[in-house]
Amino acid sequence: MTEPRPTSPFELRDPGQAREFASLLRRHAPPDPVRIVHVCGTHEMAIAQHGLRSLLPEGVEVLEGPGCPVCVTPTVDLDRAVKLALGGVIVCTFGDMTRVPGTRVTLAEARAHGADVRVVLSPSDAAEIARQNPGRRVVFFAVGFETTAPGTAAVLLDSPPENFLVLASHKLIPPALAALVAEPPVRIAAFLAPGHVSTIIGAGAYRPVAERYRVPIVVAGFEPLDILYAIALVLRQLREGRAEVENAYPRAVTEEGNRRAQELLAQAFEPSDAVWRGIGTIPGSGLRIRPELSRWDATHELPVAAEEGEDKPAGCLCSEVLLARAVPADCPLFRASCTPLSPVGPCMVGSEGACNVWYRYGGRPDL
Amino acid sequence: MCLAVPTKVLAREGNVATVDVQGVRARVRLDALGEEVQVGDYLLVHAGFAIRRLDPADAAETLALFQELFALEEGAPSGPPAP
Ligand code: SF4
Repeated sequence: MTEPRPTSPFELRDPGQAREFASLLRRHAPPDPVRIVHVCGTHEMAIAQHGLRSLLPEGVEVLEGPGCPVCVTPTVDLDRAVKLALGGVIVCTFGDMTRVPGTRVTLAEARAHGADVRVVLSPSDAAEIARQNPGRRVVFFAVGFETTAPGTAAVLLDSPPENFLVLASHKLIPPALAALVAEPPVRIAAFLAPGHVSTIIGAGAYRPVAERYRVPIVVAGFEPLDILYAIALVLRQLREGRAEVENAYPRAVTEEGNRRAQELLAQAFEPSDAVWRGIGTIPGSGLRIRPELSRWDATHELPVAAEEGEDKPAGCLCSEVLLARAVPADCPLFRASCTPLSPVGPCMVGSEGACNVWYRYGGRPDL
Repeated sequence: MCLAVPTKVLAREGNVATVDVQGVRARVRLDALGEEVQVGDYLLVHAGFAIRRLDPADAAETLALFQELFALEEGAPSGPPAP
């Protein structure tokens, strides 16, 4: 534990308790190796930053799957955003998104060629930019999971200005978990469900996946002790042969989730199939803007043909990393030719990407 | 994008709250929340929108859950299933 002194009532980092968890995990180590997959960049940061892998018993692996929205945004959507920007539209998006390579260029490179690309922290900032630039078209390139999508929905439903458009590339987590676990050859023993996605959708949203695929799913918070607790619950389920949804983050997650946010999502979007970079199409894993709101839908109002792109830079293992079949250190380019300053693949760009997190927190944190 | 740390509400004006994010003031929208918010409350915030109100008492409850697990696992490696 690096920060034993609590500075907020919500910091759960007591080293004594962490040691207690570590010995509990050791006592209940499974007989055979198990791979536990989380799908959240913030989990990966907490695990790497606090060295939690060093507390896991032999044979227990925790990997980040497709937990970085920036990393899984397909090149088609990126290429669309770049074309729009080069065509004279103001493109607003979250910071990391501007540095991810599409088929040819990044949004940041398009900006260097004169395109108007702006970094925003919130979808409502993008609508504000549209209000301030009535003579220009302003596109919000919307990425993110169920945590981010309600904000986009709220803006879409709040009569945004006529010159405002959304290029929606939001993704849904439960269908991705189903796709990962349905896909041999690597057996995923259990999932840690992302805490704040779960705040929105509720722990109950994972039950169909847990039942259908017989896989334990434990909702986990972000403090080091939250994560150790969730792993302890996973190991206990595995030991007892159960495959259930358990909520290890009840202070932020209920069974039903945030109903208000769910209503916003349902009013603004409908589910659609979506392409995940490095993984492929996952049925029902995307959100399409509802036809009633099509005047704000960039794909409808400003159609641009996407380039048919090379999805994977040569030698990059990102798709294996996103499928939880490899860790960044397995990639020969990691820390060699691929670094945050000159990233080869999207997993090194997104600050929630596994390669980026491992680079920042010292390479192989599970030694 | 995801702020794991709760923010504290400093002021509130209709649909918008001013919060303290580790010493920095930020404005967050409350329309995705569906809960009442008062000054002094803690909020989970994501990309400019509050998604949940947190109660410090619930953090203490989490600690109690940990203790429960330790006690349960102490002498009973194959104890009863989770509540
Ligand atoms: S280290 Fe770079 S090249 Fe290797 S998998 Fe990660 S992003 Fe791809």
